[in-house]
Amino acid sequence: MSLVTPDFGLLVWMTVIFAILFFILAKFGFPIITGMVNKRSDYIGKSLESAREAQRKVDALADEQKRLIDETKREQSRILNEAAQTRDDILKEARQQAHTEAETILAQAREDIEAQRETALRDVRRQVAELSVEVAEKLVRGSLSDDEKAEELIGKLIDEAAR
Amino acid sequence: MKRIGLLLLMVLMMLPLEVFSGETEATAAADLDMQEYLFGHIGDAYEWHITTVNGRPVSIPLPVIVRSKTTGWHIFSSHHIEEGEEYEGMFISQEEKYNGKVVERAADGSLVRPFDISITKNVFSLIINSTLILLLVLSTARWYRRHDVLKETPKGLVGIMEMLIVMVEDDVIKEGVGKDYKRYSPYLLTAFFFIFINNLMGIVPIFPGGANLTGNIAITLVLAVCTFLAVNLFGNRHYWKDILWPDVPVFLKAPLPLMPLIEIIGMFTKPFSLMIRLFANIMAGHCMLLGVVAVIFITAKMGPVINGSLSVIAVLFGVFMDVLECLVAFLQAYVFTMLSAVFIGMSRQEVEEG
Repeated sequence: MSLVTPDFGLLVWMTVIFAILFFILAKFGFPIITGMVNKRSDYIGKSLESAREAQRKVDALADEQKRLIDETKREQSRILNEAAQTRDDILKEARQQAHTEAETILAQAREDIEAQRETALRDVRRQVAELSVEVAEKLVRGSLSDDEKAEELIGKLIDEAAR
Repeated sequence: MKRIGLLLLMVLMMLPLEVFSGETEATAAADLDMQEYLFGHIGDAYEWHITTVNGRPVSIPLPVIVRSKTTGWHIFSSHHIEEGEEYEGMFISQEEKYNGKVVERAADGSLVRPFDISITKNVFSLIINSTLILLLVLSTARWYRRHDVLKETPKGLVGIMEMLIVMVEDDVIKEGVGKDYKRYSPYLLTAFFFIFINNLMGIVPIFPGGANLTGNIAITLVLAVCTFLAVNLFGNRHYWKDILWPDVPVFLKAPLPLMPLIEIIGMFTKPFSLMIRLFANIMAGHCMLLGVVAVIFITAKMGPVINGSLSVIAVLFGVFMDVLECLVAFLQAYVFTMLSAVFIGMSRQEVEEG
């Protein structure tokens, strides 16, 4: 029966030793370990949370970036279109201007030419007239030396003039 | 095929040894007193018997501390009283009364048991194992104090300790106790490691292990009392109401407090079952192992063939039992902690709505 009757000495020692063991471990042992482990698991939890947050931010940034790139591309094509448009406009205008300028110049030139031709014609006419007068003078002087011929000539001239 | 070869090798290695031991111990084994053998191993003793060489016991003497009502305190080494010798009036009783305990003879010739707080084998082993637990836990705690826990993780022994502590705290204590588990976790963790380490040390067959501590009722009694105190000292109003005025029809509690009586008995049976469960499991494990080993010595006089073959079986079965005991060592520590946590949790349950 000694197996199931607790021995008094062992009871005393067990109580004392277990109490000492418990107090030492409860003061210097387990709370430190569990505290640190909890601290670490909190830290890991927080790290996971912040990693998730960071991932979310990165995703948002990527979206933003994509949006910006799209926008920029749109803007670029718009600007390019606009530039092409402007270039075309400018070219067209320039062409038109050149055209009108050319027209003006041509018209001017034509006018000048006309005027010069007028002048030249007038000149030529005057000279021809003078020459003709001179020739006529000479002819008349020559022909008039001979009366018969002079008469004939005068008659012819009058005819001609009359015609 | 390989396994069978290994088995044969084991048999061959064992046979000559067993034949040899059969010859030398034949005379001793012939009258192997099974009861003395069993109780000698699972019981307590005043000295720590390690082995016997050439018929002379090799043991570590331990201090005997007794206080006699008539002659006062006596502190002496246990080797003075080994083999029934008498020292300062004290000797170990060989009679039915107080068998194996230090006694003195009173004036009228009857045996008187003095006040005995000797450092016995169990107490000594308790001191060694407690020191071991202290070393293990405090070195783990020291690691945590010396290292930045956010930058490093422990390895090796500290890692194992951390794993065990976290497992017990998360799976057992948090689940069992509930909301304010932090208050109880030092006690429950201490109980877990105390039982676990003592169980394991009990399996180690040679010094400093081998004492049957957790299979001793005094040890489990103290543990159960601690759980009893933890449950009942901090029980809340709901818990006490459930015991003294449970939700049952009035006739079960009004004139005769039947249910409260049962509940009050229940208060004591819960830790009692803890005490008996741990004690019985570990003691039974030790007995089984000892019985299996005893087969070798009991069959010694039956001739080398039977002895040899049975020895092989005994050793194989012993290995199996040892492995099983390792599992039981952990399991019982786990169960004790878990049930304690559950009992504490029950005493702190809040009133549920409805």
